[in-house]
Amino acid sequence: MHSLTIGGARKQLANGEITSTALVESALARIDAVDGRIKAYLSLDRDGALAAAEQADKKKGSGVLHGIPVAVKDVLCTQNMPTTCGSKILEGFIPPYDATVIEKLHDAGAIILGKLAMDEFAMGSTNENCAFQVPENPWKAGYVTGGSSGGSAAAVAADLCFASLGSDTGGSIRQPASLCGVVGLKPTYGRVSRYGLVAFASSLDQVGPLTKDVSDCALIMNVIAGHDGRDSTSIRREVPDFAGALTDGLQGVRIGVPREYFGEGMDPEVEKAVRGGIEMLREAGAQIIDVSLPHTEYCVAVYYLIAPAEASSNLARFDGVRFGYRDMESDSLIDMYRQTRSQGFGDEVKRRILIGTYALSAGYYDAYYKKASQVRTLIKDDFSAAFTECDLVVSPVTPTPAWKIGENADDPLALYLSDILTISANLAGIPGLSVPCGFSSDGLPIGMQMQAAHFNEEILLKAAWNLEQRAGVVDKKPVGLD
Amino acid sequence: MKISKKEVERVAQLARLDMSTDEVEKVTRQLDSILQYVAKLDELDTTGVAVTTHTQEVVNAFRDDEVRDSLPREKALAAGPRHNDATFIVPKVIG
Repeated sequence: MHSLTIGGARKQLANGEITSTALVESALARIDAVDGRIKAYLSLDRDGALAAAEQADKKKGSGVLHGIPVAVKDVLCTQNMPTTCGSKILEGFIPPYDATVIEKLHDAGAIILGKLAMDEFAMGSTNENCAFQVPENPWKAGYVTGGSSGGSAAAVAADLCFASLGSDTGGSIRQPASLCGVVGLKPTYGRVSRYGLVAFASSLDQVGPLTKDVSDCALIMNVIAGHDGRDSTSIRREVPDFAGALTDGLQGVRIGVPREYFGEGMDPEVEKAVRGGIEMLREAGAQIIDVSLPHTEYCVAVYYLIAPAEASSNLARFDGVRFGYRDMESDSLIDMYRQTRSQGFGDEVKRRILIGTYALSAGYYDAYYKKASQVRTLIKDDFSAAFTECDLVVSPVTPTPAWKIGENADDPLALYLSDILTISANLAGIPGLSVPCGFSSDGLPIGMQMQAAHFNEEILLKAAWNLEQRAGVVDKKPVGLD
Repeated sequence: MKISKKEVERVAQLARLDMSTDEVEKVTRQLDSILQYVAKLDELDTTGVAVTTHTQEVVNAFRDDEVRDSLPREKALAAGPRHNDATFIVPKVIG
């Protein structure tokens, strides 16, 4: 039962074949059997989930996720459940309110099983920066899940929940989705409320779903999308029925293949799988054209100034006063701040706070932060130009499949460079999706990235659904987990 | 070198982070390689290019100025490491 999609579970719930209690029990049993190996969950709410399932079975609801157990990245505030952001500085923190997306999940009838592992404050591409545990790729023990929503991707891939939410600042939904073989969508900036999402880089962060198939992704989008008065960057715009976009055939759809996205360092197996996927899109009726995004090579440099600059400001709030860890030994306020932050934050978070503080400091602001914000405009303009010629662009998500835990761990720049294909969507604010399109020769999943103009999630879902119908990989599951 | 150990120490002070001599040494090397890399942006002439701070065409998000409930004090204080049920307690600010 744990391997059902949400679509499948909804059908069986509707015709009385299964109960919500059985769904929650099957997910908990699966977690007990497998999560020792995967290490996806930072906390579990067994009693709460079982009680909610009992309620859901008693009272039939109309919500699209009625009685369905899901889990969320530990960056989203959950009332009465710990929210650590993968950081010691928030160990034991229980938020006084729910994030808007959590309210929306509850309103739709979903049951939240627990909170999923992540890189500390969502800073990382492997989940090795989680202060508590390093989740492992369900497809191969000892391999990274990707990050920063690594627990969210691994939990869906290993059937430890029926879907999850993650957050994406530079690829943190799409990259782990690709490395773990699930579907992940970063919506348009402003499409989904960030209220209650612990902020990393506020002009880039966006919440989105990780699911077992494209149809489930559309269902979750129907639940979480929409304007929120409590997030002044969320956009007042009508939310379409995303599930209605999943129709067969791509006639009249123009798909661009950006030549800069198939550059140096691309693993040949990744390129082969993605090119194979592009052929399937052509067979589905799409017109395939070459496009250029000439400023692609500057994306990583822009991102690693803007994201740390915003982070250094956002993370100033972790000062030991209102929540989380405090060093109790210090007898002056400034010492208390310094000791609390030095003991509470991990190395990568400190590194980014330092880069960001430096880039914003007097004398360097123009050279670094302003310059990066100008080049960001050029990157955004590249996409606007490309979307006059095509409806979406497709590419790999990452230059390689998952790698061994420990590789690159001492070379931050090498890891930053692996984000090259996903960062641009955040810089431009456009939606990006990862959908499985094949496997490497040693059995690791490979995803295809699709990006479209602002608020065009529907074309991404439609193209991804058409690929999924033809790629024949959606039913493949990691083996030997239990 | 794009950044010196002294500058790293100054930035750490601004960011309220304490670092050992070894840490400063290591972080200076890492920050230097990152700053060497981002200097790539200097290849581009951005004279007259507007900055992007928000990717959508947005204007101020106004709402009606209505009195609403806010977070109750006890809930706001509950996660604080030290409080006296009325305020957060911190070490002495002025000696």
